[in-house]
Amino acid sequence: MLSTRAELNCGFAAALALAAAAALLRVTPAEAALGAPYASIASDQTTFSASIKATPHGGYTVHELTLPSGTVVREYSAVNGTVFAVAWNGPAKPNLSQLLGNYFADFITTAKTTPGGRNHLSLSRSDLVIQAGGHMRAFFGRAFLVGAIPAGVSSDELR
Amino acid sequence: MNCARVLPMQAKRMLLIATLLVGLGACGGKSTLSSGGSGGGSNVTGSAANVATAVVNAGPSGDVNTLFTTVTVCAPGSKSNCQTIDNIEIDTGSSGLRILASALTANLPIQTDSNGNSLAECTQFVSSYSWGPVALADVTIASETASSLPVQVIGAANFASVPAACAATGSEEDTIQAFGANGILGVATEAQDCGAACASSSTFGFYYACSSATNCVQTILGTASQLQNPVTYFATDNNGVIIELPSVSGTGAESLTGALVFGIDTESNNASSGTATLLPVQVGTGYFTVSLSGTFYDQSFLDTGSNGYYFTDSSLTECADAGAAGFYCPTSTTSFTAIVCGYEDSGNCTGAPQESISFSIGDADTLFSENAAYTVFPTLGGSFPTGETVDLGLPFFFGRNVYEAFENKSTSKGSGPYYAF
Repeated sequence: MLSTRAELNCGFAAALALAAAAALLRVTPAEAALGAPYASIASDQTTFSASIKATPHGGYTVHELTLPSGTVVREYSAVNGTVFAVAWNGPAKPNLSQLLGNYFADFITTAKTTPGGRNHLSLSRSDLVIQAGGHMRAFFGRAFLVGAIPAGVSSDELR
Repeated sequence: MNCARVLPMQAKRMLLIATLLVGLGACGGKSTLSSGGSGGGSNVTGSAANVATAVVNAGPSGDVNTLFTTVTVCAPGSKSNCQTIDNIEIDTGSSGLRILASALTANLPIQTDSNGNSLAECTQFVSSYSWGPVALADVTIASETASSLPVQVIGAANFASVPAACAATGSEEDTIQAFGANGILGVATEAQDCGAACASSSTFGFYYACSSATNCVQTILGTASQLQNPVTYFATDNNGVIIELPSVSGTGAESLTGALVFGIDTESNNASSGTATLLPVQVGTGYFTVSLSGTFYDQSFLDTGSNGYYFTDSSLTECADAGAAGFYCPTSTTSFTAIVCGYEDSGNCTGAPQESISFSIGDADTLFSENAAYTVFPTLGGSFPTGETVDLGLPFFFGRNVYEAFENKSTSKGSGPYYAF
C-alpha cells in the first residue's frame, strides 16, 4: 500500500511542475459560452457530451444541455446570437471554466473573497451577476451579463 | 479583479482575527454561552459515549457561524499510528470525512484500484473544489468508531497534481487557510458522497484513478469504496444524528457550545419522542419545501455548512460593503415566519407534514463591524441565486435540537431520510 506521507513514486514530484504548466494551458478553452457567439454552444455540447434541446422564447432562445451526470445546463442566446446567460442545476457541477469562459476568473475571485463562501457564491456587479448555491449532490447556479439581457426579459427567467 | 473591493474585507478579517486573539488572551478562551433555558427547544445532552462536543468559534481562519468538532484518526487496526484533530467542521450538506493534509501527521494508507492506480477525489463544493487521495482510517468521534473508513486527504504533498477538469469546477481549497478548517465531517442524509451513480458512470468528475503525477483519469468507483458518512460505519448509534445548540440572544456571541449526538432512539439520551413533526426530505438531494411570503420554495434544505439563512427577498437590501458581500443589510432587523413542509412531489405543501418557524435577518455589515469578537450571529442572512430555495443554515440550528435520520435507516418515529426539530 502507498502512504500519504511517503512519496508515491520517484516520478511524481519531478513531474509536478510540468503538470502545473499543462493545467495552466488548459484552463481557458478556445471557445467559451457566456458572452460568446451562439456557435460556442455546440462546443459546450461536445465538451459536456450532452444532449441538447433548443426552445425559443420571446426575445431569446434557451438551449438546454443534459449532461451524462444528469446535471442540466441552460444557455440563453439573444436574437443577435450572443449567449447572455448560463445556468446549471444537478448532482455535479459542470465544467465552469468552459461555461463561464472569460468570466470564470470572476467566479474564482468571488469564491476566494466571500466570507465562509464554500457553500454560497454571489457576485452582483453592474455588468455581471454570478450566483451559486446548493450542497453535495445538489448544485445550482447562474451567471448573466446585465447589459446583454434583451429588452423586456426579467433576470428571474434566467435559471 | 477589483482590489478596492477585496482589500476592505481582508482588513476587516485581520481586525477580527486580531480582536479574537486579544479576547483569548484576556479570558483564557473561555467565553461559552449557556443555553438560557426556556422556549428555545434546545436541551444540550451531557457527556456520554455517543455525544461529541460541537462548538461554534473562529476556527483556524476566522470564520463565522461555523460548527466544529474533534475526531481521532488511526491507520486501520493501529493503536499507535493515531492522531486527534480539532477544528473539524460539521457539515450536514456533505457525506464523508475529509482532512487537510497539513493538519495530518498520522500515516494513512492510500487506496488503489485493481490496476494499482491511486484513487483520488475532486470533491465539489458550491464555489470550490478540494483535491487529494482517498485513504483508509479508523475514525473515532466521542466513543464511537468507524473502522476502515474511506476518507479523503485534501492537498496531500507529493501526490498527483490537480487535473484540469477538477480545476475547472471552481476555486481551490486545499490548504487549512483556504478551507477554514482542519477537515470536514460530512453527516448528510445520504450514505455516500456520490452513490450508485458514480459506481456506473465516471462522468461526475468526483473520483479519479492516478497512474502518475500527471495522469489522473476519471473513474467509476463502487459505493463501498466511495467516501461514506462516518456515522453509518459506527457499530451502534448509526441511524442518524442530533445537532443540539443553545439559543443565542441579541446580536450574537463570541462562541457557542453544543453537542453532536449519534443515533436516534438507540440510547436513553437520543429519543425522538419529544420532537414535533417528522419532515421527510427527498432522497439524494435532501430537499423539502419552505413556504415563505406566499411562495413555495421546493428546493429548500437544512445545512450546518451554510453560515446564514439564504433566500430571495426583494425587500431586503444587499450589503454594499465588500466585507459583507453576499449578505443582507436591511435598514432594520426584519422578522420572517415560514412553514417548513416535508418533501412531496407537488412541492406546494399539499398534505405534507409541516412546522412553523420564525427567524430574523439583521444588517450583516453592522453586525460584523460592531461585534468584531463574535463568531456566532443568529440573524445572518444573504441572497440566493434562484427563486426555488431557502437554505436554512447554521443560525437555524441555534436554540434547537435537530434530528436528522439517514436514508435507509429506521427510527421509532419513522424511516429516513427525514428531519425533525
